[in-house]
Amino acid sequence: MLKGFVHQVNIIWSQIVSLWLVFLHLFRKADTVEYPEIKPHTFPRWRGRIILTRDPDGEERCVACNLCAVACPVDCIALQKTEDENGRWYPEFFRINFSRCIMCGFCEEACPTHAIQLTPDFEMAEYVRQDMVWEKEHMLINGTGKYHDYNFYKVAGKAIGSKGKGEARNELPPTDRRSLLP
Amino acid sequence: MFEIKVGSLLVIALILGTVLAFAALLIWMERRLLGFFNDRLGPNRVGPFGILQSVADVIKLITKEDWIPPFADKFTFVVAPIIIPVVMLLSFAMIPFAPNIGIIDLNIGILFVMAMAGMASYSAMLGGIASNNKFSLLGGLRAAGQMISYEVFMGISLLGVVILSDSFMLRDIVEAQADGWYVIPQFLGFIVFMVAALAESHRWPFDLPEGESEIISGFNTEYSGMKFGLFFVGEYIGMFLMACLIPVLFFGGWHAPFGLEIGGEVFSGIFWMSVKSLAFVVFFVLVRAALARPRYDQLMNYGWLVMLPLSLLNLLVTGAIVLLQGS
Repeated sequence: MLKGFVHQVNIIWSQIVSLWLVFLHLFRKADTVEYPEIKPHTFPRWRGRIILTRDPDGEERCVACNLCAVACPVDCIALQKTEDENGRWYPEFFRINFSRCIMCGFCEEACPTHAIQLTPDFEMAEYVRQDMVWEKEHMLINGTGKYHDYNFYKVAGKAIGSKGKGEARNELPPTDRRSLLP
Repeated sequence: MFEIKVGSLLVIALILGTVLAFAALLIWMERRLLGFFNDRLGPNRVGPFGILQSVADVIKLITKEDWIPPFADKFTFVVAPIIIPVVMLLSFAMIPFAPNIGIIDLNIGILFVMAMAGMASYSAMLGGIASNNKFSLLGGLRAAGQMISYEVFMGISLLGVVILSDSFMLRDIVEAQADGWYVIPQFLGFIVFMVAALAESHRWPFDLPEGESEIISGFNTEYSGMKFGLFFVGEYIGMFLMACLIPVLFFGGWHAPFGLEIGGEVFSGIFWMSVKSLAFVVFFVLVRAALARPRYDQLMNYGWLVMLPLSLLNLLVTGAIVLLQGS
């Protein structure tokens, strides 16, 4: 009898205490971030909207190697390789379906030329589904993105236009194989 | 017809308008306050401070598809949500808001309010059984059981007030509290009535008929559109009714505390009545934010083994003291 009474009193007391503690929360500052007015800080390596960058000379970095499309786990990248008159490779079209993209960043890791990069832009909602599909002209920016000095054709051994074999940065002139014979 | 007196057309229109507008405002107020209690902000986008949130809700509910499930009992399904707002508004006819402000003063006011509160449970019961769905049926069953057991000591806890004021008429009860509020001699009755009022209006922590984590949404699981809206508005009118009834019965109604009269008699009455009922609305929201829902057997044990004896004890002691003083 007494034990039951004490138990009931304990129950009621704990209800009163929790009422009081929750009441005190009325005077706390809210944790809510009012999003459209206050934007969260996104760091430079945030994996958001995908862009295509240009090298420091202003040429397209993408060499249409298809590694990004192969790496993509949801197959949202589609591109077609073509060549200009100097023998420089570039994509004829480059299409990303952002309604499929999961922002995993594998394409950026796979890219040998730092062409495809993910940016801190996360506001990708559209009213029309077809607007989620972005073509090259939508994604290509007039800058170098996160890597300012890298220029693939300046360091690669491939001969294009005015640059012959052995003229790339840090590249020795081609060896005459016959001189190596014993 | 247009003078300030009980039952004039002007007063009836004003009370009806205020109650309906406040029920809509209450939905916004509860969500906002609940947000503050949870360290959030709550809805603050529609209009200044989000005050038009209810308007947006109503537009959404009206434009939604009003669907009746093919397996439901059509007539009962349609009738059930209408009952609760109607009976809750009928109860408001008894509430004396201020001197000369009120719709009708029946000499059985308390009994009428209790009867209407009992009728409200038909809404949940019929809605639950007409939906022909096991979760709705469980919700309806729980509503019925909860109403039957909590109605009992809700009535008994009020008898102490009736003994002290010697009347069933709510206006007489308020006038009898001119020299002292009944919350002091009837504190036990007040606590018991408060718990029963929470249970009667399906408020948290006694929201077992619609316990979301257990039975989806209970008796209104199958309801959509404005039919759900009627259940919703009905419950908020019920909450406002309880928040008006508690001041009338225990906190002196329109009487100002410590003689702090403001302006004229009617204005002061309306002001203090509003302050008191708003305080109880805030308290109901606080209870929702703070307390956890009991199990159903705990609810029943609590009702029959704790609250009923307490209310009977209160009635016995009050009756004995009044009898001794009278003789």
